[in-house]
Formats: sequence, structure tokens, C-alpha cells
Amino acid sequence: MSAAVQYVLYIAILIALAMPLGRYIKKVMFGERTILSHVLCPVENGIYRLMRVDVQKEMNWKEYAVSVGVFSAVGFVFLFAIQLLQGVLPGNPQGLPGVGWDLAFNTTASFVTNTNWQAYSGESTLSYLTQAVGLTVQNFVSAATGIAVLFAFIRGFTKVKETGLGNFWVDMTRTVVHLLLPLNLVVALALVGGGVIQNMDAAKTVKLLEPVAVSSEGEILDGAVIGEDGVVTVEGTVIDGARIVTEQFVPMGQAASQVAIKQTGTNGGGPMGVNSAHGLENPNAFTNLIEMISILLIPAALCFTFGAAVKNKKQGNAVFIAMLICLVLALGVIAVNEQAATPQLAQNGAVDLTASAQAGGNMEGKETRFGIASSSTWAAFTTAASNGSVNSMHDSYTPLGGMVTMLLMQLGEVIFGGVGCGLYGMLAFAILTVFIAGLMVGRTPEFLGKKIEPYEMKWSVLVCLATPIAILVGSGVAAAVPQVMDSLNNGGAHGFSEMLYAYSSAGGNNGSAFAGFNANTVFINVSIGLCMLFARFVPIVGTLAIAGGLAGKKRLAVTAGTLSTTNAMFIFLLIFIVLLIGALSFFPALALGPIAEYFACMA
Amino acid sequence: MENMSKKKSGFADSGMILRAIRDSFAKLHPKTQAGNPVMFLVFVLAILTTGLWVLSLFGIQDAPGGYTLAIAVILWFTVLFVNFAEAIAEGRGKAQADSLRASRKDEDAHKIPSVEQKENATTVPGASLKRGELIIVRAGEQIPADGEVVQGAASVDESAITGESAPVIREAGGDRSAVTGGTTVLSDWLIIRVTSEAGESFMDKMIAMVEGAARKKTPNEIALQIFLVALTIIFLLVTMSLYTYSLFSAKLAGIENPTSVTTLAALLVCLAPTTIGALLSAIGIAGMSRLNQANVLAMSGRAIEAAGDVDVLLLDKTGTITLGNRQAAAFIPVDGTDEAELADAAQLSSLADETPEGRSVVVFAKEKFGIRGRTLSDKGMAFIPFTAATRMSGVDFDGSEIRKGAADAIKAYVTAGGRRYSEECERVVRSIAEQGGTPLVVAKNHRVLGVIHLKDIIKQGVKEKFADLRKMGIKTIMITGDNPVTAAAIAAEAGVDDFLAEATPEGKLAMIRDYQQKGHLVAMTGDGTNDAPALAQADVAVAMNSGTQAAKEAGNMVDLDSSPTKLIDIVRIGKQLLMTRGSLTTFSIANDVAKYFAIIPALFMGLYPGLSALNIMRLHSPQSAVLSAIIYNALIIVALIPLALRGVKYREVPAGDLLARNLLIYGLGGLAAPFVFVKLIDVLLVALGLV
Repeated sequence: MSAAVQYVLYIAILIALAMPLGRYIKKVMFGERTILSHVLCPVENGIYRLMRVDVQKEMNWKEYAVSVGVFSAVGFVFLFAIQLLQGVLPGNPQGLPGVGWDLAFNTTASFVTNTNWQAYSGESTLSYLTQAVGLTVQNFVSAATGIAVLFAFIRGFTKVKETGLGNFWVDMTRTVVHLLLPLNLVVALALVGGGVIQNMDAAKTVKLLEPVAVSSEGEILDGAVIGEDGVVTVEGTVIDGARIVTEQFVPMGQAASQVAIKQTGTNGGGPMGVNSAHGLENPNAFTNLIEMISILLIPAALCFTFGAAVKNKKQGNAVFIAMLICLVLALGVIAVNEQAATPQLAQNGAVDLTASAQAGGNMEGKETRFGIASSSTWAAFTTAASNGSVNSMHDSYTPLGGMVTMLLMQLGEVIFGGVGCGLYGMLAFAILTVFIAGLMVGRTPEFLGKKIEPYEMKWSVLVCLATPIAILVGSGVAAAVPQVMDSLNNGGAHGFSEMLYAYSSAGGNNGSAFAGFNANTVFINVSIGLCMLFARFVPIVGTLAIAGGLAGKKRLAVTAGTLSTTNAMFIFLLIFIVLLIGALSFFPALALGPIAEYFACMA
Repeated sequence: MENMSKKKSGFADSGMILRAIRDSFAKLHPKTQAGNPVMFLVFVLAILTTGLWVLSLFGIQDAPGGYTLAIAVILWFTVLFVNFAEAIAEGRGKAQADSLRASRKDEDAHKIPSVEQKENATTVPGASLKRGELIIVRAGEQIPADGEVVQGAASVDESAITGESAPVIREAGGDRSAVTGGTTVLSDWLIIRVTSEAGESFMDKMIAMVEGAARKKTPNEIALQIFLVALTIIFLLVTMSLYTYSLFSAKLAGIENPTSVTTLAALLVCLAPTTIGALLSAIGIAGMSRLNQANVLAMSGRAIEAAGDVDVLLLDKTGTITLGNRQAAAFIPVDGTDEAELADAAQLSSLADETPEGRSVVVFAKEKFGIRGRTLSDKGMAFIPFTAATRMSGVDFDGSEIRKGAADAIKAYVTAGGRRYSEECERVVRSIAEQGGTPLVVAKNHRVLGVIHLKDIIKQGVKEKFADLRKMGIKTIMITGDNPVTAAAIAAEAGVDDFLAEATPEGKLAMIRDYQQKGHLVAMTGDGTNDAPALAQADVAVAMNSGTQAAKEAGNMVDLDSSPTKLIDIVRIGKQLLMTRGSLTTFSIANDVAKYFAIIPALFMGLYPGLSALNIMRLHSPQSAVLSAIIYNALIIVALIPLALRGVKYREVPAGDLLARNLLIYGLGGLAAPFVFVKLIDVLLVALGLV
């Protein structure tokens, strides 16, 4: 019962915050006055002067796309270089060496595409300078790029017989200055207040309260007794070569500020390797709540922005409801499966699977301070949005719980999805939906008064199918490469799932992983990097092309013969199409992974 | 109507089926196949599996040779079925084209130098005529080229193109001056200025259109094709990646790779949207063919689809909304006259009046008052015909004069006879005019008896039709030359959404532009030369075949029947075309779910025995599962050919209801049908001992 209350509360808080934020973002998009204007507009205008941006210049879709491309390319080169050179650059108190080319390529692609797949552990690989000037900057601008493209797309609907879609530099600046900076300031301060660290110190080595005995391979010995003479025994047997650990490595750094943008910008790449499961990144229930809500806040708000911008609030609500229904369904499956665990885990009642007294259920890979409800919710949120931050290890989820996280990514990250990109992805699916539905009622399909013709269709299918293509090609090729098998942590169906999850994460620009998978090899670094770039930039070009096409069209009148795109029928159909395309593309793959694993558990 | 009933008698006769079967093989040419990407894939896979079977004869195989052969054969049948669907759709058009060709004789033409020198004709081959040349065509001769009558009037048999055997009048000047090459002059003679040269005549266009030779893919069809190709690419990737997944998983489990290329080829064919891919062009051709059967000739497939999108119909009042003529609806006596006396006088005055209005007075009097129509030879009646000077008509007999006419004419007649034209009469006349009717005043010996109320009779059922159209979001607008008062009254009675009174060509054009500006798509019918600008502006413009050449050229459809109600049929055909495409697409994609449940467990049960739980159809064996799915896939194409040709059921209901209905039938049906039939085929294969 209390778990159910938690789930409802999380969703309720999300909606309550997203609605006003959505209206605020609409004002930002159109450059209208907001409560923060008098503070932020001078900053915005200062940037325009500094960068010599002509605010009045409208870009057509090609100019807009070129601007996005150039901006991302410059960011790419800068981030790539700073990683290779971090060994000789300042801001590196731990003296970490430069990053290898393949890992640097992977990490660069990952952060430029708002994916934040991390084939490395932040605290032991990247200097503070790289994290702050490289990664955190991309966390802001890659998020803003997605939102800017969405703005251009929305203008495709609002404009009639025009070619201009707005100005990328203006959209980018406004998004960062008016939205991301103030929002993250608030979130970061709240996190610091909640106990997340924020300092410039080098990592520390602290004394353990109690020494721990480990084997010669470094594995912790359960039930070991450390004698006064330093001899380690387990149940009276002396362990040869055992070592006694008395100190612990504790990472430091500007965690709170980085965590804030990694959550709100659907980035997901945190300063610590274990992400928000780490005690210093996410110490307690309060910080967990803030971080979790932050994942979906902007993606959900943008639905309402869309409705307000196209002057059809019902349309925004309809898209929001479609996403919400999918999210709740996914969350339901994860929550039920994690709470019920598997027959093997139940061990005839030896493991507590109830939620009444303490966190019971499949607690493997989950933090006791979060329990099933907060872990499952986070898992659903982070894979629904293309965030990818984690507070529990998805690799340890039950087969079906883990499958849902994978499926959410495979659907193309359109269940809220990444900031901006989730919504434009979903709207591309809406275009496919009106196309099929429109034909069924005997009219040339139209969406928000704009006719959907071959040109729009061409780009829409590209936007919708970029993710399945990236995942299928990536994982298909990887399955044929013998070395990939060495990266697996498990055999059998779960081993296949680890590999499939990695490419799903890349193709969905998510960034989370089945943690057992060792992704830091040349082949995997490069192939995943390419998947991420494809799944990010193909849809961006497609989205802008559609926007260009739509903006140039006249708007058709609404009659009783017009298919409603805001009623329950349409919402149902939209969900159906999204699930159908996802299911048809990935049913065979899932059957060989989690589904096979599930039936093996049940047998 | 004749043609509509013909349609119901089945979609093909045996001759057409034989011809279609022959064409199915002719269409195996790779170039033809490449025109339809989805089906091209099936074609390539058929070749691939055949190749695999040949290899298996030499011992190179990853699946049993017999199984590979079975798959290859089914794939070839799938390809043939697809070709058959297209061929049968083309069949009717081809038959029609053949008869058109047969009716056209390459006749000589009689060229003349000028209208004045019509006796000075030189005989030249019809095909050599150039635009602008003058020809003379006499009774019994076929008109050699399209043209405009410049002198003469003649009755012309146009049955070659319209199927209507009654001859029509073609004459110089006015809206009946266009003649079509291939039609025959029955009486008199015509001097015609040639407007089209050999190869581009109306008949040539018509043959090309009905045959589908000039058929270009419409934008909508292209958009759907893009979607289908994209799905096919995804499924290609799905099957290709499945092969490496399978290798990978088998290696992890330390067993042999359980999937064969043959099975994957079968899976790909099952998943690719073959059902809609196969029927797509048949649906388009059938839509065109349905339009032809309604005796409408579209200049492009685009026009038919646009008809489905139309949401404003401009309808001419006369013939569409009202019966062609006004009819007597009431006798209103004034000044204390008896109604029967008025009826009697009215009938007498109209006996010789051959106009429809006049006849309606006779009929009305007979029906309402039982006054039998008297013969004209009675008692030496003298009929006074209508003249422009008196603007009255009537009869003199037994020494009395009966006159009927417009109110002011009768008023003049009455006052001339020294009688009073009463207030009451004026009031009745005014009230009839306000109701949209035409008052005809009847007087006897300079004394007013009463008023005949002539009114436009609204056609039966039009009001309901317009209400249905409104439910679908289609606005109807009545175009009439009547004054606004009359027009408003008729518009209200007929239930149209709006009207344009005292319509001029400029008025129509402005109205179309106005609606288009507001985002509507407008359809209209027109015949006269002065309709041409409005026709050119409208999104769907139907020119009457009886109309002028200019009107025909401005329109994007020609109605061979010249029926003003045709517009409504055209909209229905357009919508039905799109609905059929959408519904079959939904069906095709929904089918894939069941096919997965048939094939995936079959593929991997050996690798992961637990996956047998997904074999919810309990199919006999992996091989029978794959064969059943692919046989279903082939047969469903054949099973749906009649639906593709006929089109899905169409109703005039709002978009939401239509969607719900079609989703239920084709979406849910598409999910369920394969579960049932794949299982049935599986049972059958087992029973026959084939697997």
C-alpha cells in the first residue's frame, strides 16, 4: 500500500511541476516576458552582442540544420581534444593521463549526442577540467540543442506559408539562459542542501572504521576473522595470501552542479562511476526525489509548451497523456516484477518479498536506502526519458523488469524521451499515426491543419526508424564480432541481453547500461559511438526538414471530417503505433534475451 | 444508374480472369517487379530460395531440401498472386479500352477552306488534321477529331464514349458546341473547328486512362509506399540481425546455429507488409475503374484522391437539388372565387402550354380536383400563345377569355378591361414570391380568379443526403441564378449550408477563392465556357461532357453522363479509395503480430526450450509453423482481392466513427485472423501428411 502511495506521489509531483514549467518554456520560446526577464534578458542580449548574433535573422530548415551541425561539430572537436590532452592541462589534481582515442571518441560522441554513455569510471579517468569544461558544458548545450530543434519543429506547425523556422543561436541562448541555468541553480542548491558534495578537492583516502579482509584476487571474504597477528581465517581455515584493507578511496569534486544538469538535461552521465547509486551523488530519499523528478521534468513540461505554442492545449495534453500511459504501464511491469522477484530469489520464503516492514523483493543491485519503489520508478523514468542515470543496477533486475527498461529505449526514446528530442520523436510518430488513421477515414492525412504528403512521410519514417536501425545494425554487427563475447559478464540469454542493452542504450541516446558489460574495447567504443551519432543527428535533420515542409504549407480548416488528434481514440492509436513498431522491430531480439531468460526462470 | 447496377454483378467474368492469369506471368519481368519495392523483395527472395534448393541438390544446405523447395514454391505463388491482383484490376479497364479502340475507325475527314466554302471539301485522312482546321461532317459520318461546332446543328450519337444510346444535340454557339472525335453524326451536318490533333484527342486520353497506361502514382500512394518501404527495410534488418543474434546465442550455449537462411527468408516475407504491398496498385486501378463505371473520366489519379479531401461542394440548384422545372403546388383563389373554378380555368389555360410548368398545372388540377384533361379539339377552343408583348398565354372559348401570366402582365390586362386588381391578390402574389415560389395569376374575362403557386420541387432524399454530408464535414453550397429571397427559401428547404444567389461566373470564382483561403478544398461542376475560370480554380472540377471544350479543359474530370449529382458519387469514390488503402495497411501490419508468434518459437525452441510457451497456437512443428505462416501470407492476398477491387464499406458518418469502425474490423480483425487461419493451415498440413 505504502509503495502504491509512493508511485502515485511521484507521478503527481511530476505533473504538478511540469505544467507551469511548460507554460514558462513557451514564453521563453517566443521571447515573451517572464518573471526572470529583468535579470536574464541583459545576459541574453550580452551574449548576442558578444557573439554577433543577428536576432532578427530567420533561418530556413537547411540553415538551421547546418547551424546545429556546425555547433555540434565544434563541440565535438573541443571535447575530443581536451580528453586526449587532459594529462598536460591544468585542473587535474590527481594527475590522470590523457584518454585513449577510442574511449575519447566514444565519450565525445556520447556527450555531444546527449547520451552520456560512459565506458569509463569518471572518478578514475577524467580530470576535473575535462568534467567541468568538457562534459558539463556539453550537458548544457546538447540538451539545449534538442530543445532548440523542438522549437523549430513547433514553428513548422505555427507558421503558414513561410520558410523561416527561427534562429538556432537565439533558441540555444534562450534555452540555456532562461531555462537550464536558473533551473539547475535551484536543483543544485537543493542537492547541496540535501548532502550532495560540491568541492574542488582531490579524491581522499580515509581510514575504514573496521578493516576488511580480501583474497589475493581482491575479493571480499565473507565471514572472515582477522587475527591480531594479521592472519585471516574463514571458519577456522587460514586463507593464504589474504590482504587486510584499512583505507578507502573517496572521490570528491563538484558533484551537485554536475548531477543537477545530468538529471534535468536528460544527460545521465554523473561524476561517479556508479552514478546516483553513489552515496555522495545521491545520499538520501530527499535528494533521490529531486533527482528523480528532474529526469522527466523538462520532457514532460515540453508537452505543455507544445500545446500552448500551437494554440491547441488539448493537443499538448493528448501527447502528454499518451506518454504518461506508456510510462505508467512500463513502471507497473517493472514494479510488480521487482517486488515479486523470481522463484530462484524467493528461496522458499527465505527472502522477504513483501514491502510492508522493509524494502523486500529483488533487492540485488538496489540500494537499501531507496528500496523497490524508488528504484523501479527511477529505472522507468531514466529509460523512458533518454536520461540514463541510475540509482540501481539494471543488470540485476528481473528478466521482465530489465526487459521493460530496454524496451523503453528501443521504442525510440519517445515516452517523454530526451529534452526536446523525445517530443519531436513522438510527434513524428504522431505523423505516422495520422497518416494511417487519415487514410482509414478517407482523407489525405493532416496534422494540426497541415497536410502530410510524401515529403513529410519520407522524413518522418526516418525520424521514427533511426533508433531501430541504429540498434539492429549495431547489435547485429556486434553479435557477429567474436571479441564482443569477451565483454559479457554472464553467459546465455542474459549475456545476450547485456549486449543488446548496450546498443539499445546507444540507439536510444540513453546512456544507461547493464553494468556487467565491459564496453571499453576499441570495437565497442567505436560502434557504440557511431550508433549514438546516427540516432541523434539523423532525426534532427529529419525533424527540421519536416518543419521546413510544414511551415511552407497552408493551414486546412477543421471540419467534422477532420480526424481528431486530441481524443481518446487518437491517443490509443498513437500508443498502439509506437508499441507496434517497437514490438515488431525487437520481438525477436527480446525473445533471445529477457524473454528466454524469463521462461528459463519460470521453468 | 445503368452502370451502377452493372457493377454489382461481380468483379470479373471468366474471360477477364483468364486474361489476368496470362498477365500474371507476363508481369514476372524484373523491370515490372522493380516498380513495387515490397514485392520486388519477395521476388528476389523467391529467386534466392530457389537457388538454395538447387544448391541443396548438390549437398550444400542449411535446411532440408524439400523444405527449401516448399518455401520457394510458395514464394513464387505469392509473386504470381500479386501480379494477378494487379492484372485483374486492370482487366476491366483493358476491356473497356479495347471496345473504345474498336469503335474508332480511321475515317477520312472532309476538310474545307472556310465556313462559306463548305461545298468545296477535300478528303484527307482523319489522322492528318491539324488544330484550327475546319471540317464538315454529314449525317452517318463519324466525327474524326475533337472540335468546336462553328456552324450547323445536328443530332449526334455519343454512345461510344458515354454508353448512352439516346442522341444528343450539338450546335454552334452556346454551351453545346463541343464534339468528341469518334462519335457519329446522325442527322444534318456540322462544320467543326478541330481542337486536338491525332494522339491527344479526348478518346485517346480516355483509352489511356481506362487502361491505366498513363497511371502515375498519386502523392498519397507514394507516401504510403515510403512507409511500406521503410517497414520493409526495418524487417530486413530484423531478419539479418536475427541471424547473427542466433549465431551469437548458439555460441554462448555451445550448440549449432538453429536458424537457416531459408527460414529467415520466409520470416522476412511474412513480416514485410506484403498484403498491402501486393494490393496497393490494384486498389488504385480499381478506384479509377469505379470512377469510370460511374461514367466519370478523371484526368489524373490525383484528382480522385483530392475528391476524398473535398469539404465544400458547390452544387447547381437545377437538377441537383431541385427537379429541373418548377411545378404547380397550389391554387390560391382570391376575391371570393371558388377553388375548383380557379383550377378549371388554370387547366384550360394550360392545355396547349407544352412547357413543363404548363403541363404541371394540368397534372396538378387533375390530381387535386379530378378535372380530366380535355382534348385540344374540344368545342373550338382558340389558344393564345405566350408572346413577349403580352407576356400572357391562355385560351378563348365559349366566348370567355382565360389568361394566365406574371402578376404585372395580368394587372395590366385586368385594368385594361376596367376591372379592379385586388389588394388580396397582391398580397398572395407577394407571399408566394417570399416563399421562393413563382406566382402565376389567372384571370377570366378581365376578372382575377386566383394565383397558381409554381414552386421548385426539391428532389427526394437530397435533404437527408446533405445532412449525411454535413456529418462527414462536407459543406454543401447551392448555386443558383434566382434572386436571394427565392434562393434562401429553397436553400432552407433543401437543407444546404449556404447558397450563392444571382450567381455569376465571377461570383463563383470569388466564392471558391474565399473558401480556399479559409483552408477548404472545393469541388464544383460546370459546363459553360464562362465556368472555365471557376473550374480551373476549384480543387476538384467536374466538367460536363455536354459542356464546352473550354470547360472540359479547365476541369480535372469529365462527367460523361453530364449529371449534376455526380459530384457526390465522386467524393464517395475518392474517400473509399483512401479508406481501402488505410484499412488494408492496418490489416497487413496487424497480421505481423500473429506471424511472430508462429515463427519465433519455431526458430528458437531448440535453443531455449522455455520459448515454446510462446507457441500459443500449438503449431505442430517448427517447419509446419513456418510453412503455415507463409502459406497464409500468400492466400490472404488472393482472399483480399475482391475487397481491394470493391473498396471497403463506406458510410457517411463523422471521421471518428469511421476510424473506430475500420480499426475494429481491420485492426482487430488483422490481429485475430492469422491466429485462426495459420492454425487451420497447420492442422490441414498435418492431416495431409505434408509435414
